[in-house]
Amino acid sequence: MRPTVSATTAVKLRVEGLAKRYATGDRALTDVSLALPAGQVLGLIGPSGAGKSTLIRCINRLVEPTAGRVLLGETAVTDLGRSGLRRARRRMGMIFQEYALVERLTVMENVLSGRLGYVPFWRSWLRRFPPADIARAFRLLDRVGLREQADKRADALSGGQRQRVGIARALAQEPEILLVDEPTASLDPKTSRQIMRLLREVCAERGLAAIVNIHDVALARQFMMRIVGLRDGRIVYDGAPEGLSPEVLTAIYGEEDWSAAGEAGAGRDAGPDVPDDDQLAAAL
Amino acid sequence: MTPSPGAPAVVDGPTRWRRPPLIADARLRWALLLGALAYLVIGIGSLTVNWGRAAEGWERGLRFLAGFVQPDFVSRWGDIQQGLTESLTMTLTATVVGVLISVPIGIGAARNLAPLPVYLVCRAIVAVSRSLQEIIVAILFVAMVGFGPLAGFLTLAFATIGFLAKLLAEDIEDIDKAQVEAIRAAGASWLQTLNYGVQPQVMPRLIGLALYRLDINFRESAVIGIVGAGGVGSTLNTALDRYEYDAAAAILLLIIAIVMVAEYASSWIRRQVQ
Repeated sequence: MRPTVSATTAVKLRVEGLAKRYATGDRALTDVSLALPAGQVLGLIGPSGAGKSTLIRCINRLVEPTAGRVLLGETAVTDLGRSGLRRARRRMGMIFQEYALVERLTVMENVLSGRLGYVPFWRSWLRRFPPADIARAFRLLDRVGLREQADKRADALSGGQRQRVGIARALAQEPEILLVDEPTASLDPKTSRQIMRLLREVCAERGLAAIVNIHDVALARQFMMRIVGLRDGRIVYDGAPEGLSPEVLTAIYGEEDWSAAGEAGAGRDAGPDVPDDDQLAAAL
Repeated sequence: MTPSPGAPAVVDGPTRWRRPPLIADARLRWALLLGALAYLVIGIGSLTVNWGRAAEGWERGLRFLAGFVQPDFVSRWGDIQQGLTESLTMTLTATVVGVLISVPIGIGAARNLAPLPVYLVCRAIVAVSRSLQEIIVAILFVAMVGFGPLAGFLTLAFATIGFLAKLLAEDIEDIDKAQVEAIRAAGASWLQTLNYGVQPQVMPRLIGLALYRLDINFRESAVIGIVGAGGVGSTLNTALDRYEYDAAAAILLLIIAIVMVAEYASSWIRRQVQ
């Protein structure tokens, strides 16, 4: 079924005419527009350098867009000043490639760092978070199955465990949407699927919408509700995962033999998983 | 015969290969090498050695070394004790004050955290502090505040700022950006980003550098005492002026012992905080 933005579904995030041009003159994004309804998990696919990371970073303005608007609910994120932006960022949880946990802090501190936008400096500095925040953090660690690891340092965990902490940290913000940047790029195929499943589950539990950058087409087909294909900073496909025909994949990635790229919807992968460079690097 | 996959391929390319030289032009390469060699020879040739003075000094040097065989800790113990206490006091206070001042300057001198004007000012402070050698600074402070450990304290604190702020700034510039980005993305303020995203990444190095600087400051305190900035250096200077080489040897042995203790202690602490 083709997900559509009906009048009854509230649009959580709207991106209008977004463009990013770096100081070097490189155009990373050109006239990107999309609307994300509540509860939708959208997969952003495209070749390396297509602008996937830039797009989600322009949404919470870790990267400043050159033109266009980002609307989070009623808030025009692109018009906000410094403190307004802080408040808006609290509403957008971000999950990173390579986890981006603070390695030398404990798991608990990492989860609580999701509350930094809500607490004054002295509380965060003395690690005196409000009791409700601590209770929430423990609940989240329970949810991702890491309660026992709360006092361990983040660098003592395995890759899959670290990404679970990353998810708990993002959820600690009580966000309205999730921005997810290549969450499984450095994980093995099995852990990747577990993490994707967990992401889908927490989105469903909380009615969260999410934009997920993903470079594994099979994973995108299996776990995403809608696919947006980027090529050279432009949207070249926006539709259902089932619509990813060889012609569409060629439009996104360029000419290639797509016959082994996995069939849609069947919930299984056609053929053995060919490891990509990151997975090989992680295995070595 | 069936070809196996591991069999060597037929050689049809070049079999000789040399690493490309750093300087491609062979004539320039040789000219630079020979030029440097000639300069070295001429430079050594221009040193005038007064052999008579050297022979005379040889004897004095031997007497100095003989002092190490029988160091005299006893007859000047009062002076030595006072000098060491003074040195240790000014080392510790100067290091603590220097570190406290250099942390904000180091943050300001890190290009990835500070805006350009702040960066330039902090880099200028670092450059001034580093370009003035301790002895020169000590002479200046002795002129300003008089003989004694206060001048030494000011000198060492000043030198600590340049050293620590520069190395801290470089460490901050090398941190993993993703961790900082993640903290910013959660809506953290600048101070919170510093506390959560930056501090955990640089803290072990900051502690290590501070301990190392404590070490250096103690050794420097022995040197700047010679120009009147107090501490064990003044005691050492007095002993040398009086040709009391046995007492001087005792002082030097104590300095070596303290530096060694500090060295082992700091490497142990650094291992603990990693």
